[in-house]
Amino acid sequence: MKSIDSAETDDATPSSETAFLNGAEILIRTLKDINVDTIFGYPGGAVLPVYDELFDVHDLNHVLIRHEQAGSHAADGYARATGKPGVVLVTSGPGGTNTVTGIATAAMDSIPMVVFTGQVPTNMIGNDAFQEADIVGITRPITKQNYLVKDVNNLERVIREAFHVATSGRPGPVLVDLPKDMIQNKCQYSGQKEVSIPSYKPTREGHSTQISKAAHLLSNAKKPLIYAGGGVVLGEAWKELTDMAERLNIPVTTTLMGLGGFPEGKPQSLGMLGMHGTYYANMATTECDVLLAVGARFDDRVTGRLDGFSPNSKKIHIDIDPSNIGKNVPVDVPIVGDVKKVLPAIDRQAQKPAIDDWWDTINTWKKEHPLIIPESSDTIKPQLMVQRISEVTNGEAIVVTDVGQHQMWAAQHYTFNHPQSFLSSGGLGTMGYGFPAAMGAALGCPDRPVVCITGDGGFQMTIYELATAVEYEIPIKIAIMNNNCLGMVRQWQELFYNKRYSHSILKKGNPDFVKLAESYGAAGFRASNPKEMDSVLEQAMEINDRPVVMDFVVEEFENCYPMVPSGAALNEMVEGEE
Amino acid sequence: MKISKNGTAKSTNDKHTLSVLVSYNLNALLRIIGIFSGKGFEIDSISFGSGKESNLARITITTHGDEQIIEQITKQLHKIIDVVKVNDLTYDSFVERELALIKVNATRSSRSEIMQIAQVFRAKVIDISPQKLAIEVTGNRDKVNAFIGMLDPFGIDEIARTGSVALKREFEGTV
Repeated sequence: MKSIDSAETDDATPSSETAFLNGAEILIRTLKDINVDTIFGYPGGAVLPVYDELFDVHDLNHVLIRHEQAGSHAADGYARATGKPGVVLVTSGPGGTNTVTGIATAAMDSIPMVVFTGQVPTNMIGNDAFQEADIVGITRPITKQNYLVKDVNNLERVIREAFHVATSGRPGPVLVDLPKDMIQNKCQYSGQKEVSIPSYKPTREGHSTQISKAAHLLSNAKKPLIYAGGGVVLGEAWKELTDMAERLNIPVTTTLMGLGGFPEGKPQSLGMLGMHGTYYANMATTECDVLLAVGARFDDRVTGRLDGFSPNSKKIHIDIDPSNIGKNVPVDVPIVGDVKKVLPAIDRQAQKPAIDDWWDTINTWKKEHPLIIPESSDTIKPQLMVQRISEVTNGEAIVVTDVGQHQMWAAQHYTFNHPQSFLSSGGLGTMGYGFPAAMGAALGCPDRPVVCITGDGGFQMTIYELATAVEYEIPIKIAIMNNNCLGMVRQWQELFYNKRYSHSILKKGNPDFVKLAESYGAAGFRASNPKEMDSVLEQAMEINDRPVVMDFVVEEFENCYPMVPSGAALNEMVEGEE
Repeated sequence: MKISKNGTAKSTNDKHTLSVLVSYNLNALLRIIGIFSGKGFEIDSISFGSGKESNLARITITTHGDEQIIEQITKQLHKIIDVVKVNDLTYDSFVERELALIKVNATRSSRSEIMQIAQVFRAKVIDISPQKLAIEVTGNRDKVNAFIGMLDPFGIDEIARTGSVALKREFEGTV
């Protein structure tokens, strides 16, 4: 083990000037070689050698976030919007622990991300050194894989492995812990691009017998339904899904994570299913006779009470992760594989089923139980707010949300026609995710409008990132659905806890969001009625050199419907107040 | 009762012996244990030691649960990047051994009786003192349990058990 001192005096006679590099140089060179263009980071003692190296690097954007949690969310947003892995660079100890929420968020939603953390030098590990934390131990349950680099000769291979693991199979976050001496010591840079992990070979092609069975079931179905999850978006299989559903004319419902994986403008779309899904999607799920689950994981927010979930259907489940299959719901035809490869294989063999009666039933449900936007001329109904944003952006924006009522309303009322356009913490339900993730998305997709639909609660969890958004002139539109309370908590307290609003009202402490935005140098607007809202939206869309904060003061005690109460079956929805 | 692929009846909450081949590193072992603690599965015993190749280790885990739980355990273990192979030996013919060191109270009058019991179990006396005997026994879990049961009345002082190690049998014909 080399000490720091010996590493510093080590640069006497490198054999080849270009290839004999210190760990920091190897890190940056490898990142560039893997085509990383953006890093979200925050400096500190243990990673100073990397930051010193970055000082002279101009073809790799380093975005200085203001808190490492936001950095991991921003990298996550970047990954979801671009399909490329998000990259985070932070220091040891608190730098690493602050990224934990973002890593867990990415893990739950299978988002490719590589987090580099500084670490105290190898000879000080275990000594309770300043800013030491066992980040590999802390993040083990929330990473797909993680590494502590103990020899600089392994550094380049580990970095390449980390990206390979993060982006292949079922994607997920990977953490690489870099003791300070590992980024100071020198070794040969190989440029060896190939990665081989003998124990890691994800299955991509589906089993042909299973594919034939699936095609047969779909061809002969009377009431088929496709239930598409985040795997369609992550697996970039939206075209394959759309082609198949249109050719076979089979209805499609998507999960929260699958939104945009099938265009909602198409007649086959039933919108989202689940706890706050549409009436017709939930009824179709309950009544169907063949359910094709594509890259979905039968989450409890989707299924409702398990014994009432799609009780009469034969279930086909395509997933790249075998552990998702049969985990919550028994499956008749399991297909382990990449949805992008399996869907066309099924499509080639399936015949268009005769399902006119099924469509009549579905269309009747659609007509009789549409999503409702309540009328109001003097107050802003939250549903209307989302609908107006959808109209103003022509359904072309990347929509990023926090968690709660506004998230569900955004999912219901924004018309998603493109994949990688609805970014939301689905699995972990992380408040504070929205705004930094929106920054990451905007930096990854500078040509697309990015709207962060957030709440007054969630926005305040990472509000300090206004500094970053102003510094990098990120023109995201932040639409606060301001009901002065934690809306979803309050809704549950109203419905299930006798209206005892325990610690869910934020009114007294809420800041003046307009002044706050202005103090950072962002634009700030407020609207309290539909007319003002339209004019604010119009002005906001014109601003392209800084973030815009729109404080939409909405109806305070509005509830989000339809709702499948906890413990109820999908067809036992509450559609609204009696 | 469910019928396994080779026709023997298995109850739904049976003991399972899993043989897991992994890259030899601490992170792999900790990830395996983490699957059990994080997802609420049970470990009855676990043993970890180097395998045939120096960079691989074989981990033997005994656990219990219904078919669905065991299937999840197997799949979750497979998901770990460093895991090369997971074999549920339960439905195959396999050899399983556990080693236990048992320190038992032995007075002059009881010593020979204990040594006779040890002989029946093909156990070895490995340490002796005026008040105590230390005995090494090897066998499957049931045999080790039975031996401990036999020694219990004499007063067991300390036990160290390795947990099961197991390998699939090559010859699978009827005996």
